[in-house]
Amino acid sequence: MLAHAVFFYFFSFIAIFSALMVITSKSTIHSVFFLILDFISVGCLFIMVGAEFLGMILLIVYVGAVAVLFLFVVMMLNVAEQKQSWFVGKKSTHIPSGLIVSILIFLELLVVIGGWKYKENIFSSASLVINKETSNTHAIGNVLYTDFILYFQISGVILLLSMIGAILLTYRKREGVKKQSYITQVSRERQTSIEIKEVDFDKGVKIDD
Amino acid sequence: MIDIGLGHYLTLGAIVFFLGVIGIFLNRKNVIVILMSIELILLAVNINLISFSIFSGDIVGQIFTMLILTIAAAEAAIGLAIIVVFYRQKGSIRVEDIHGMKG
Repeated sequence: MLAHAVFFYFFSFIAIFSALMVITSKSTIHSVFFLILDFISVGCLFIMVGAEFLGMILLIVYVGAVAVLFLFVVMMLNVAEQKQSWFVGKKSTHIPSGLIVSILIFLELLVVIGGWKYKENIFSSASLVINKETSNTHAIGNVLYTDFILYFQISGVILLLSMIGAILLTYRKREGVKKQSYITQVSRERQTSIEIKEVDFDKGVKIDD
Repeated sequence: MIDIGLGHYLTLGAIVFFLGVIGIFLNRKNVIVILMSIELILLAVNINLISFSIFSGDIVGQIFTMLILTIAAAEAAIGLAIIVVFYRQKGSIRVEDIHGMKG
């Protein structure tokens, strides 16, 4: 129990610190690195609390794919010279209102969490109880491919849509790039591509005229 | 303090959510940081769902977390594509420069 507490505080302090650094650090690339650190520490928390599969998924999908995508875009767009300018320069009018709104949200969440208790019979009312015998991945697979197959397939369709959308948004035709054209390749005919010539003796043939 | 319960995880989720909302409001830099703040908010939601799932012994919360992960990845891809297109058109992604729909 003590080890649980120590590791919980360790990882959650790292998570909170890196979340703070994501929104305050000077350059965007440091923000991306702290975002990666945040994902890793929250993934460790997930593994610690018993959701191993989702912890590993968080590491693989977020750190491996999404954060690297952010890194790619940051490096591609050359935003390194855009330094942080929160409190210097032009006075912004929406900083106080933003602070008020976010602090209100935080206080409301704290009130909700502080006055919250388990209902007495909540364990018996759970519909899909976690079986202690099987592993976490096994339990998720049991439910995901049977009861939630529709949601699983819909999420696959959403991923396909986002892929099509991202490609369509960033696609552009370039001039002067030689590309393979399947249609002209397939629709060639014998008359246009082959020419039979009579070759005279001791003369030769000039091909490309 | 020693006995870690559901409240600790919910508090962590609340703090991360709060930091994400602050990041959206206070950002004066570029739009990529706003996207990262949205990722932080989704991460806070995931923390809440997983802790409820574990502490109430119901696996459905973890399924929902997985769906949220999918949606978050799709959203990040689309958002970054929009940012790339915007940068190609305007040459800047500062928040002040994006006022095309201000009227």
